[in-house]
Parts: sequence; structure tokens; C-alpha cells
Amino acid sequence: MIQVENLTKYYGPIRGIEDITFTIDKGEVVGLLGPNGSGKTTTMRILTGFFPPTSGRALINGYDVTKKPLEVQRHTGYFPERAPLYPEMSVTDYLGFVGKVKGIKGEKRKEQIDNVIVTCGIGEIADRLIGTLSKGFRQRVCLAQALLNDPDILVLDEPTIGLDPRQVVEVRKLIKNLSRERTVILCTHILPEVSETCNRVIIIHKGKLIAMDSPENLQEKIQKNTQTLFQYYGGNGGLGSELMGLPGVINVEKKEANFSGAQALVIQSEKDEATLRAISTFITQHGGPIMEMKKISLTLEEVFLELVTEEEL
Amino acid sequence: MGVYYILQRELRSYFQSFIAYVLIAVFLLLAGYFFYTDLVMYVAFSYQKVSFNKIWAYYFNDIRYVLMVAIPPLTMRLFAEEKKLGTIELLWTYPLRDWELLTGKYLAALFFLSLMLLLTLLYPAITYFLYHIDITSVFVGYFGIFLLGSSFIACGVLISSLTENQIVAAIGTFGLLLMFWFLTWNEAAANEKLMKILLNISLFDRLYTFTKGAIDLKDLVFFFNFHVFFIFLTWLSLTTRKWRGIK
Repeated sequence: MIQVENLTKYYGPIRGIEDITFTIDKGEVVGLLGPNGSGKTTTMRILTGFFPPTSGRALINGYDVTKKPLEVQRHTGYFPERAPLYPEMSVTDYLGFVGKVKGIKGEKRKEQIDNVIVTCGIGEIADRLIGTLSKGFRQRVCLAQALLNDPDILVLDEPTIGLDPRQVVEVRKLIKNLSRERTVILCTHILPEVSETCNRVIIIHKGKLIAMDSPENLQEKIQKNTQTLFQYYGGNGGLGSELMGLPGVINVEKKEANFSGAQALVIQSEKDEATLRAISTFITQHGGPIMEMKKISLTLEEVFLELVTEEEL
Repeated sequence: MGVYYILQRELRSYFQSFIAYVLIAVFLLLAGYFFYTDLVMYVAFSYQKVSFNKIWAYYFNDIRYVLMVAIPPLTMRLFAEEKKLGTIELLWTYPLRDWELLTGKYLAALFFLSLMLLLTLLYPAITYFLYHIDITSVFVGYFGIFLLGSSFIACGVLISSLTENQIVAAIGTFGLLLMFWFLTWNEAAANEKLMKILLNISLFDRLYTFTKGAIDLKDLVFFFNFHVFFIFLTWLSLTTRKWRGIK
């Protein structure tokens, strides 16, 4: 469980993050989103005890990151963006070293090393030197070091960058599995990854928390108006300009129709029922039968862009 | 325990990345060459006139320069490499204190220095069987050389913690050591007062008493302070991340 209260970090006069507050429960995967330089890494570094915040506090399983950093670090696993490793060490030697430094004792250490080797699928390369490994394997070895102490809190900074599509799917599946008994913070630029794996999304922009909700709710919230796809027959020239004249219609865009000889329009309009009814009535009266009427939801990517640009205005 | 694990990994890394062998080879080659020339010079010029023990003073003074060449490449990687690789970011999120990391790395370099010096004990050992030499003064000399070498390491560790470029770390350390060596050379440029201060902080001159087989408490205090100063600065440079941002 992660509790963050009014977390602020300044680098001299430069603001890293300001006044960030959120709580993440056990078993949750939370996506941390934001443009470059927005304060994601700063937030993660505070949570992993890398450096303390300027003010505010962060509690990991009830332990204050500033006051009990070692206690916190014993229960966290961190995957930094670059997946840094020692090239001259073999995978097992490396995991042995990490295990020792993380304070895992004797038999338990061996057991844990065997566990993460299986979990991360690095059995076949366990005796190889890290320097000779492919990018995909190195990512997984780095993930293994994060999991070695069986952490309650897992902080992952862009864990799927540089993997091939099959590995991306595997790693996402792995993250989902891992999240059952842990709290996971997943920082990423790949937005479909968030909608696929995360229960909740936190969006940070210019050091401030600007949104926190489930991906679905976030999409819902952002849509002040709705986009609907209409496919219909009839209506020479497409009815586009006439539809624009209806009250509540904001924008009309022509699309390629799936039905031969049909017209297709994406109509952006106000969300209320009356407007939609008016549109469909207009189409059937002035054109022909409607073949399809479908609500188009915004992708998370669009939500993200919209939130961030809105804040800038 | 953290100190021990870091030490263990550092030593392993030295020997796995080949630096160790090259360094030892170069060190022994130079040290052996100096020992040989000192011996030849002794035989040629002062045979029977000067006590044989005088040779060690020459030998230890020469070893200083060999160490000046050998220590920068030994210490350059300690922190610079971790910074370059980004592995230090992980170390800083492990349950490991900064002083444990620092001590582990410093001890690894110290261990390596001891190994290099230990191998050169062969020279006095050989002479011992041919002539009777004063073993104590040889050991005192070695003790002095060890203190000097560990001071070099303290400098090197600091410089390495300031950069992520190993070459910069090595050149910086070499430059700093060179400055400590030159410090008291230019007597004309410094007035008497300044010279007195310079002599007090001159690292290389601290060895003279040791080479004569004696230990001066003042020198021990100097070396102690020197270490405390540089190790404290290194610790400071590691903890700065806690009050300012790092890249």
C-alpha cells in the first residue's frame, strides 16, 4: 500500500513535483502517465527511497520513506528506465549479489533466485554474461532483480521499451500476474499498455497531479460531447452540410463506408439524447435507412493529450 | 554486511574485467625495474661504504611514482562506471547506506593495493637471503608506502564520484596527485610562510621518515586527516542527490 501526501520536490529553484497526493491499495496496478519531464521519475525515485522529498510525505506499507528508508527499500522493487546491469557479471552471479545487498539470507536467497529465474523466463541464459545478452533478456534480468526480494511494492519505469511484440505481451501478462499480491506502479508512454494492464491512471503534468481515475472513467469524463458513427443509404452528397445545421451538432466528418453504396459520417455532437434522436430522424427522412449507429469512444491516448493540452491553456 | 558484499563484487569485477592483470603486470614491471636500477646503483657507487639499508630509501621513493601511475586506473571506475551504467541508481534504491557503498569500494581498492605491494615483497625477500638486512625498517617503509597509496586511493575515489566518465576520473586523479607531488618544488615562487604550509600538506614528502625506518606520529596524524578529509568529501558528493537533482 502506498500513501502519498502533498509530496513536493524541488531541485534548487526548479520544481520537480508539487503537492501530489494519492493512495494506492494492495493488488492495484496504477499507471503513471505524463509527458517527458513531468515529474514521473521524481515521484518514483522518492517512493524507492532514492532521495527524500522536499516536503510532504510518502508512506510505503506504513513506513515513511524519509524516516525509515531501509525498511521501505526492503519491501520495494524498482525497474529503472534504462534497465542498468553490470555487463561483466553472469546472470546468476548478478542476482546473487543483488540478493545479498537486498538482505535476503542463505537458503531463502537461493530459493528466490530460482523463483525469479522461472518467473522472468531467464533459465536458458542464467549462466551467461550479462554483456552478451540481447535487449529483451537484459530487460528481463533487470525485472528479475526488482522481484528478487518478493517486494510488496513494484515500481516499473517503462518496462516494455525495446522488447519485440511477443515479449511485450509476455511482460504485460507478467505484470498483471504479479499485481495480485502487490502494489504496482507502472510508468509508461505506451498508452494502450495502460488501458490493458492498469486499474487506475494517475496523470502528472508539469509536476502536478491533474487526473486520477480508472481508464474508463477518465475517457468518460473527458468526453463532454460524443462521437457517433452513422452509416446509411441515400442522401446524395452525404447530408454533411445539412446535418451541421442541426442544433447540438459540433462537427461532421466523412468516412469510408463498410456497406457498398452507403455513406458514412462521424458526427461529433452534444451528449444528450434529443440531439442524437434529431440526427437519426434527419438522416432517415432526408436520406435513407440507417445501417449502423455506433458510439466511438476516445482512446486513452486522446484522453491523455486532451487533459495535458487543456491544462496548458 | 553491505560493505562486504560491495567489496566482494568490486574485487570480482576487477578480476573479471581484466584491468587487474594489466595493472599488476605494469606495476610489477615498473617496481621491478626500479628495484633493479637501485640495486645496480648501490653496487656501483656505494658498495661497502654505505649500509645496505640505504637502498630501501631509494626504492620506496621510486615506488611512489609507480603508485602515482597505478592508482588512477585502479580507482577511476569505482563510481564513474556505476554512474555511466546507471547501476548506481539501483544501488541507491537497495537497503544499503551510502557509507556502506563508499567503504566497500574504498576497501576493494585498498585490498588491490595491498595485493600489488605484497607481490613486491619478493625483492626484499631475495635480498634477505643474500645479505642481512634490517627487516623492521623494510616493513616500516612498506607501511609508509601503503599509507601513501591509500591516500592516493582516497583522492581517486573522490574524483571518480564526481564524474561519470572514467577517463576524466583517471586524468583528474593523476592531475591531483601530480599537483601534490609538485607542491614543494618551486621554492623561489613561494615565500617562507607559504612554503611552511605547503610542506605541511605535501603528501609525497610524508614518506621520508618511513623510508628511513622510523614512524613519526605527526605523519600518522597527517595521513589520518588526509583520509578523513577526502572520504568525507566523497560521502558528501554521494549524498548531494538528497538535496539536489541528479541527471
